[in-house]
Amino acid sequence: MDLNYSDRHKALQDKVRAFIDANKHEAPSLANVRKKPDRATLAWQHKLLRYGYVGRTVPRQYGGFGAEPDVLESAIISQEFTGAGISGGITNQGISMLVPTLLEVGTEKQRVRWIAPTLQGEIIWCQGYSEPGAGSDLASLKTHAHVDGDDFVINGQKIWTSSAHFADMIFILVRTEPDAPKHRGISYLLVPMDSEGIEVRPLKTMTGQSTFNEVFFTDVRVATDQIVMDRGDGWKVANTTLKYERLLLGDPNKMLNRFHRIVKMMEDTRIGGRRLMDMPEYRDRLLRLQGEVMASKYHGMRLLTEADKGEESGVKRLIVKYFGTVLAHKLSALAVDVMGEAGLAYDLSGLGTEDASLWNSDYMYDIGLIIGGGSSQIQKNIISERGLGMPREPRAEPQKAQKTMER
Amino acid sequence: MDFGLSDEQRQLSDILGNYLADQLPIDELRAVADQGTGFSDDLWQGLVELGLPGLLIPEEHGGSGLGILDAAVVAEALGYGAAPAPYVASMVMAPLALLRSGDDAQQAAWLPRIAAGEVRLGLGFEILSGGTRAGDIALKDGKLSGEFSGILDGGAATHVLLYLADGWAVIVDTNTDTAELHSATTIDGTRPLTTVTLTDANVEFLDAANDPVAAAQSVLDAGRVMLAADTLGAGQRMLDDAITYAADRVQFDRPIASFQAVKHMCADVVSALEPCRALVWYAAYAQDAVPDEARVAACHAKAHLAEVGRDVARTTTEVHGGMGFTDLLGLHLWFKRIGFDRQVLGGPEHCRHEAAVAQGWAVE
Ligand SMILES: Cc1cc2nc3c(=O)[nH]c(=O)nc-3n(C[C@H](O)[C@H](O)[C@H](O)COP(=O)(O)OP(=O)(O)OC[C@H]3O[C@@H](n4cnc5c(N)ncnc54)[C@H](O)[C@@H]3O)c2cc1C
Repeated sequence: MDLNYSDRHKALQDKVRAFIDANKHEAPSLANVRKKPDRATLAWQHKLLRYGYVGRTVPRQYGGFGAEPDVLESAIISQEFTGAGISGGITNQGISMLVPTLLEVGTEKQRVRWIAPTLQGEIIWCQGYSEPGAGSDLASLKTHAHVDGDDFVINGQKIWTSSAHFADMIFILVRTEPDAPKHRGISYLLVPMDSEGIEVRPLKTMTGQSTFNEVFFTDVRVATDQIVMDRGDGWKVANTTLKYERLLLGDPNKMLNRFHRIVKMMEDTRIGGRRLMDMPEYRDRLLRLQGEVMASKYHGMRLLTEADKGEESGVKRLIVKYFGTVLAHKLSALAVDVMGEAGLAYDLSGLGTEDASLWNSDYMYDIGLIIGGGSSQIQKNIISERGLGMPREPRAEPQKAQKTMER
Repeated sequence: MDFGLSDEQRQLSDILGNYLADQLPIDELRAVADQGTGFSDDLWQGLVELGLPGLLIPEEHGGSGLGILDAAVVAEALGYGAAPAPYVASMVMAPLALLRSGDDAQQAAWLPRIAAGEVRLGLGFEILSGGTRAGDIALKDGKLSGEFSGILDGGAATHVLLYLADGWAVIVDTNTDTAELHSATTIDGTRPLTTVTLTDANVEFLDAANDPVAAAQSVLDAGRVMLAADTLGAGQRMLDDAITYAADRVQFDRPIASFQAVKHMCADVVSALEPCRALVWYAAYAQDAVPDEARVAACHAKAHLAEVGRDVARTTTEVHGGMGFTDLLGLHLWFKRIGFDRQVLGGPEHCRHEAAVAQGWAVE
């Protein structure tokens, strides 16, 4: 155990801190996530790319910074930005999931074509996996595509597609091999959202905003070379993407940041003349969560060390999405609770400026994160079966040669 | 940065784990637990041979000079085996108390004897004595009288080390007419809590610390980390047992481990317990390496493990069905061990309050 950074890592940390100090006035508001990036956000993104704080290990020929992969470097950068409460660049499904997926399994042509503009925030992607009949049981998806000349022709419907209302592209799972076992009949395609035959209908969520959509496909044509890996490999590609999605959910830095905001609020806010921090009931809840936040923080450092050494983390990694998203919700719940009646205030125009609306939005959105990307129950199936080696659920009706495929 | 155990620490854990698995079969453990002294001569000799009493004692005094993280690794292994051995007070807190509050001569007199396993010190804090019967201890003409309860590792102690108000520590020889030990059986047969009744007892003062209160706190914090590590080990054992039991037990023509409800119980346990390991490691490491965070980390490790431990103990017992509730499996020994760890040296509410005070969020 040695928690000191090496000189090289220490130097990087100093550099990032100096950068943040000198440039933070240019940083876009954190409340702008889940929206199409505006000019300030794009300018910030370009700057971070130039300094290697975004796309750090993406090779230069694909528009990245080209640094040697070093998980500690990436972690230091992310910690410094999150710790300072400053945007560390755009986090969206394209940058966080598609880029690493293409780097892992895409063709040279696909990497050259898509990675740079995605990193620059010029191409926004959405993820077309879920369907009305295929949520947790994703591999039962029905949207299909057949080949006609040089094109795939897509028909069907996706649902819960975050950002589809402003996305430029969609990475989508479609059934191309109807006769193959269900998880081997799927392909992964990259489709422009302005293709003829795509219709996007926003779905309003419980937060009052429209962050996700239904997306309908009617005879949508896309060139056959827009497939990632081969026909029937879509499930493999999707699992690569999901791996990155689950790392994104349950980030301990985010939790720490939230915790510090709650502490500050409890120290600064008075109700009936009493500081919130002086109310022992709330304070004990805060302290309980501090214990959990610390456990999550050090667990993250342990995983980081294992990744740095190239060790397999097994069940330790599988639990992160589940306990991380639940902890995030406990934190926003405490924030809302300590404000008492004031904590009921909710005004969409106040997001980003005012505590109650912001916390309420998180308090609700966190439920979405608990469900999305593989629900808590699905995570628990994975944790117990893959992590603890417990036997799989017997299938209700035996289907030939099929594994349970869950997301 | 390297957040994890060294190869040596992993080895230490393996050696002790294997030793306990071999030398402390469940029947043996049960027999010791039934006596309630928290002590078995055979086991004690074995642990002495492994060098555990000298773990934290500097080499010049006959120990191996290791750190609190090493001690926590040992505590976890002892918890895994529910080992009825005086460890937290005798092998960790008492040596630390001597190192922090004893003068050179006292260290030279006591530490080699502790390392060699010749003496065993029980230890108690007057302010904490379970909050039940706080000792009305009186000091007159250098002699101590009164009743002092809540002493850890007192079951087979040759001496007791008592922390009085304001961080003052004294050592009392229990082998005299002036000190009478009474060990009450607790829920946990593997470790009793002891009361000492003193009548004009001779005491040896440990008063070499510059800041006696801080010295006493650091000893207390180290003890809390050990109890957290003990719960971690005990909880891990209960989870491992639950998974094994669920794989073997058949109901409705299938192993109960294939029922989703059972799997989810186990998934919940591992999701709560595994991050605790990192918290315990950090809290242990902080005692030696991050003085600014040592207090808060120790309080949180103790409190968080107490809360998680309770859920783990209940859920894993449930996985065993009626068997879990019987004496037959002996699973309850770990259930009770976790319960003991929770209450001594400050329950979770108490520890969280101390963490709040240490961060300036509450007054004492
Ligand atoms: C905020 C948000 C954003 C999202 N963004 C996207 C996106 O961009 N792209 C995309 O493709 N999808 C997206 N999703 C969809 C998300 O992946 C699905 O909602 C999720 O996989 C669950 O599927 P479902 O909604 O159909 O629920 P269902 O699968 O119907 O589940 C309903 C309930 O049944 C439980 N359940 C289901 N199967 C099992 C089982 N085998 N064992 C135990 N319990 C089970 C679930 O845990 C849940 O509690 C998003 C969802 C949310 C909430």
